[in-house]
Amino acid sequence: MSQSPALSVKNLRKTIGKKDIIKGISFDLYPGEVFGFLGPNGAGKTTTIRMIVGLIKPSSGTVLIGGKNIQTHFGDAMKDLGCIVENPELYPYLTGWENLEHFARMDSSIPLKRLYEVVDLVDMGNRIHDRVGTYSLGMRQRLGIAQALLGNPKLLILDEPTNGLDPAGIREMREFIRFLAEKEKLCVMVSSHLLSEIQLMCDRVAIISKGSIIRVDSVHALLAEQERVVWKAEPQEKAESLLREVTNVTRSEEFLITLYDESQIGNWNRMLVTAGVEVKEMRTKLPALEDLFLELTGGEHIE
Amino acid sequence: MNKLVHNELLKLFRKRRLFVIILIIAALVPLFTYAQYQEVKTTREKLGNVDWRTQLQQEIVDTQNRLSSSRMQDDWRKYLKIRLAQQQYYLDHNINPQAPGAPTFMRVFVENSIDLLLPLLVMVVAADLVSSEASGGTIKLLLTRPVKRWRILLSKYLALILSVSFIVTASAVLSYGISGVVFGYGGWGMPLLTGFSTSGEELVTNNVHLIPQWQYILMEFGLVWFVCLVVGTLTFMLSVLLRSTAAVMGIMLAALIAGAILSNMVSSWESAKYLFMVNLSLTDYISGMATPIEGMSLGFSLIVLLVWAIAGLVVSFTVFTKKDVY
Repeated sequence: MSQSPALSVKNLRKTIGKKDIIKGISFDLYPGEVFGFLGPNGAGKTTTIRMIVGLIKPSSGTVLIGGKNIQTHFGDAMKDLGCIVENPELYPYLTGWENLEHFARMDSSIPLKRLYEVVDLVDMGNRIHDRVGTYSLGMRQRLGIAQALLGNPKLLILDEPTNGLDPAGIREMREFIRFLAEKEKLCVMVSSHLLSEIQLMCDRVAIISKGSIIRVDSVHALLAEQERVVWKAEPQEKAESLLREVTNVTRSEEFLITLYDESQIGNWNRMLVTAGVEVKEMRTKLPALEDLFLELTGGEHIE
Repeated sequence: MNKLVHNELLKLFRKRRLFVIILIIAALVPLFTYAQYQEVKTTREKLGNVDWRTQLQQEIVDTQNRLSSSRMQDDWRKYLKIRLAQQQYYLDHNINPQAPGAPTFMRVFVENSIDLLLPLLVMVVAADLVSSEASGGTIKLLLTRPVKRWRILLSKYLALILSVSFIVTASAVLSYGISGVVFGYGGWGMPLLTGFSTSGEELVTNNVHLIPQWQYILMEFGLVWFVCLVVGTLTFMLSVLLRSTAAVMGIMLAALIAGAILSNMVSSWESAKYLFMVNLSLTDYISGMATPIEGMSLGFSLIVLLVWAIAGLVVSFTVFTKKDVY
């Protein structure tokens, strides 16, 4: 990741009245990665995103899109940005195509053929000429993405992109986002309050809670750090007392769970076997991000 | 900027706002035409079988008699002379002053709709110009384009000016076209009295003179356009400030109706003349009707309205370019 960042957020703050909504957030995003922005509802995800896309003026701090400051070079910075903030709200009394034309007219660098390209890309087919009022949510979501991709952006920001979609739609969206990052080399920033979502489609993740980022890391590193070993052994009591002598053990129904320590795991197994315990099952397990989040935030509630 | 205005007009058009307005005017004009027609008929019945030329001739003789009496103030004499010239013109050109043509109908229509009907129609267009984008959420897409916020608002305002012009033109064309079927299309050259002003309690007739009706109508439509633009601008401001189109309409409707009521009762509350809504009946200054509050003149009302409109624009642009969009 030696490229220059597609989005660089530096010490972003927002104060409303005396209340600090966002307390100094910084992170960099690079081309070709899907970046997850994770936090419970009300943590400040949407406020941060609105500051990045220029809808809300930050109290302090800078946002650079493709190196251009959105405060001082709004037009240039916005040319590199495509976004859907919250729901994909388009004009219901216009057709999908007219909506695209409408937004294309707002940026003279968009040629007509780009409209056909984005319609192809999101696979809208003939429905594009129907009024948006008649679209299903999934259809509107696609049109929203088509609209966001119109200006050939380097950075795509999607706020809760899978909200309200059915399972098939969620899967499709996830694959499409991966496709955009891997094949089109876009930088995609996805916010979500669903950990499983982020786990499945993101490369890196920032965890935000109460207006501050508490952790930025790759999804892989975060998970690996918390990897566990699940044991199934007979007799369970004996196995548990033996393992307790060497490591922390938690019991979960017929399983025993210990930390994963690559250098020790063979020794532990041998110890059990020599003591006459029959090891029936032994596997590593990734913790759900849910557990991780609870650990990092000290138990703040999350869906 | 052309493309941005194109966008705004497209949205207005597809929301069928302008279409509805045309429909309203097209439905009301025949109604008024019929009312006017009934009135003409009643007057004619009252006069019985007397030919209108004989009647007019009689009036002219009366006026001449009054002029020849010696005890008369100079300005009153001058006024009567102008009246005489007007009546003589009617007779010479075979115009029946009691049987109006379509241009006369247009004039009466516009004089009666300047303070309420046309501002209301303009309000229908202006009220949701900005607030509908906010309540529909599309403002988020609009403001994340490589276009500065003031340009987006300006394109909306230009679209409003075009719509106002369209509404005024459409009401002129429709009232002429529809009423002409009944009254005939002639009468553009008919001379009308104008130039009245008030001084204290008295009507000053010093500057009264005759102008042809087409010129009169042109002046009145100019004033109507101005009034509509001012009301449109103020509605536009509310539309920027409020998310709810219903709230915008409600406030504006209350203001306009309050204006109509106040005009009838504020003659002793002098500072009420700085309110925009009691200054809307600009055409009254041309036809010489009494002003609601002493000391109001065409120039005064124009300046009051202009100040309100400029203030509205300043507020609109400052708020729109600065506000946080949630």
